[in-house]
Amino acid sequence: MRIHFKTSYDHDIRLFQDGWQAFLYTALLALMVALPWLIDDFFLGEATNVLIWATCGLGLMLLTGQTGQASLGHSAFMALGCYSCVLLMEAGLPFILAFPLGGIITGIIGGLIAIPALKLHGVYLAIATLALAILTDDLIVMLEPWTGGVGGKFAPTITVFGIEVNRWSNPAAWYYMTLIVVLVVTLFYRNLLRAPMGRAFAAVRDSEISAQAMGVNIARTKTLAFGISAGITGLGGALMGLFAEVFNNETFTFIISIQLLMMIVVGGLGFIHGAFLGAIVIAFLPQFLSIVTDSMGSTVAIPGLETAVFGVIMILFILFEPMGLYGRWLKIRTFLELFPFARKDMFRRQKTYLKTERLR
Amino acid sequence: MEVLQLLISGMANGCVYGLVALGFVLIYKATEAVNFAQGDFMMLGAFVTLGFVNPEFMGIPFWLALPLVFLVMGTFGYLLDVIVLRAVFGQNQVAVIILTIALGFILRFVAGLIWGHEPLSLHSPLALGDLRMGELVLGMADVAIIITTFVLTLLLWQFFQRTKIGLAMQAASQNQMAAYYMGIPVKRVHGFVWALAGIVAAVAGILYASKGAIDPNAGFIGIKAFAAAVIGGFGSLPGALMGGLIVGIIEPFAARYLPPGYSQIAPYVLLIAVLLFRPHGLFAQVRVKKV
Repeated sequence: MRIHFKTSYDHDIRLFQDGWQAFLYTALLALMVALPWLIDDFFLGEATNVLIWATCGLGLMLLTGQTGQASLGHSAFMALGCYSCVLLMEAGLPFILAFPLGGIITGIIGGLIAIPALKLHGVYLAIATLALAILTDDLIVMLEPWTGGVGGKFAPTITVFGIEVNRWSNPAAWYYMTLIVVLVVTLFYRNLLRAPMGRAFAAVRDSEISAQAMGVNIARTKTLAFGISAGITGLGGALMGLFAEVFNNETFTFIISIQLLMMIVVGGLGFIHGAFLGAIVIAFLPQFLSIVTDSMGSTVAIPGLETAVFGVIMILFILFEPMGLYGRWLKIRTFLELFPFARKDMFRRQKTYLKTERLR
Repeated sequence: MEVLQLLISGMANGCVYGLVALGFVLIYKATEAVNFAQGDFMMLGAFVTLGFVNPEFMGIPFWLALPLVFLVMGTFGYLLDVIVLRAVFGQNQVAVIILTIALGFILRFVAGLIWGHEPLSLHSPLALGDLRMGELVLGMADVAIIITTFVLTLLLWQFFQRTKIGLAMQAASQNQMAAYYMGIPVKRVHGFVWALAGIVAAVAGILYASKGAIDPNAGFIGIKAFAAAVIGGFGSLPGALMGGLIVGIIEPFAARYLPPGYSQIAPYVLLIAVLLFRPHGLFAQVRVKKV
């Protein structure tokens, strides 16, 4: 076990706690950079997919994990990010401008949507955002002149600094592009958490009343959280649409936002690592299932199997490991670090009781 | 005449939404949790009935099968609470939301596995044909649905207001710890209300299946029922029925008088409008918490 002897307040908010941690993350980065030489094109595509899901997951994590607001409508923001990015590209903007602009537009609209949604919390917010996701599906169909409706849209060619980024002819370029986006988003996320804003997010999550008492402006904090979260998810959505190459209203159904929420719960709510672990689970589950069903000799796809298996995983996690995969790892790590002094109840939750806000 | 016709068919649809919404509200009122799988409960109830009644499965007479269905669905609800939901007792609502969404996925899969994905129709004595009154054509099923729903809502409402266990349920949801102190077996009350929600879902399922075919994705009407429950004000039983009727009536009228495409989004637009202007529904039961 390493002991941190803190000599200044800055120790608490350092990007890396010590040299060893910095070394580990640098090694991970080096591995990610070297990945195109280590695995073949198929798995590189899968890795890109994982990173795209992780970007969307980070967006939702900021809202649900950090600020404590459950949203079932993030597929709407993914669609918004994707369509605005592609429409800007078709208007003649280069990808390198259109992509962040798409994110910013999504963020602003997300923030605007948050203003009325602020009055809601808990269940009501979840339902309102669910309605938003369903509406988006229909709106895409109704705004056919812009969105291509049910027929969908083809992703335009992406050119970054003169290099054509094509999924099939140049998978490594796609991978690096996604990796850079994920890195930027993760660094932004991490730094946000270290800043007063991130502290305010956590305060709102843990108790709105005490946050208010400490001088946090709840309405402003929630709006910002919603906006930033929508923006990041919009970037992820743009990547997902472009990666799929063809997208329509079906690409961003509300099922996607439910999957997104489940993903971050499986990964570990409130941890950056959780978004990545969850993304790995959600990206590889279909492959894993098809391998299993193939080996059992069934050739036809069983409808709903994937979501059902995901549902079972979900229920098992909520019942037995509410902290998710990363929480499990934290427990194992603590056990190893403290051996033999770790005790079972170290991570035990406090008992809580619910109260209503209704009068009758 | 046309308006009246649309009104009646809208009311019948709305009653089904209202019954599913009633299931949400029951559970919300007693446990402060929201059951996102209530639509799938309804689907399951319809399929269980179908399994008992239809000649290609067990072929039990309808009225004999009815108590059996209620028993099965009630037990299902109770066991679900005991085995799954008790583990998240007292945790925040998001955990229950995710849990029940996952449960809905599983129910849909299991129903598809057992009864297939083709739409099946229930051999129901309610689907008798039409009742003609002048130019007005009323489906018998529609009339049965409307009557059953109103009676059931009234019964449940009075049950919550007047009986001891109904009051215990309200107390258990308002403050779990205080309810314990007053000697209410909160966990048992939860189990009971989940069983009740299962039975209400079975009623909704039977009525829904009497109107037309049923398939494993029928549970998606749960989303419209949600809109209904929120419009009515989550936590109010008559509100749930009102919300269901509003949503049900808006749909055929929007389909008739608005350009195509708008009828699908009409309930959700209404939902968002209600959330904006009366965030806690038409029959609001919430006020800002004071410290």
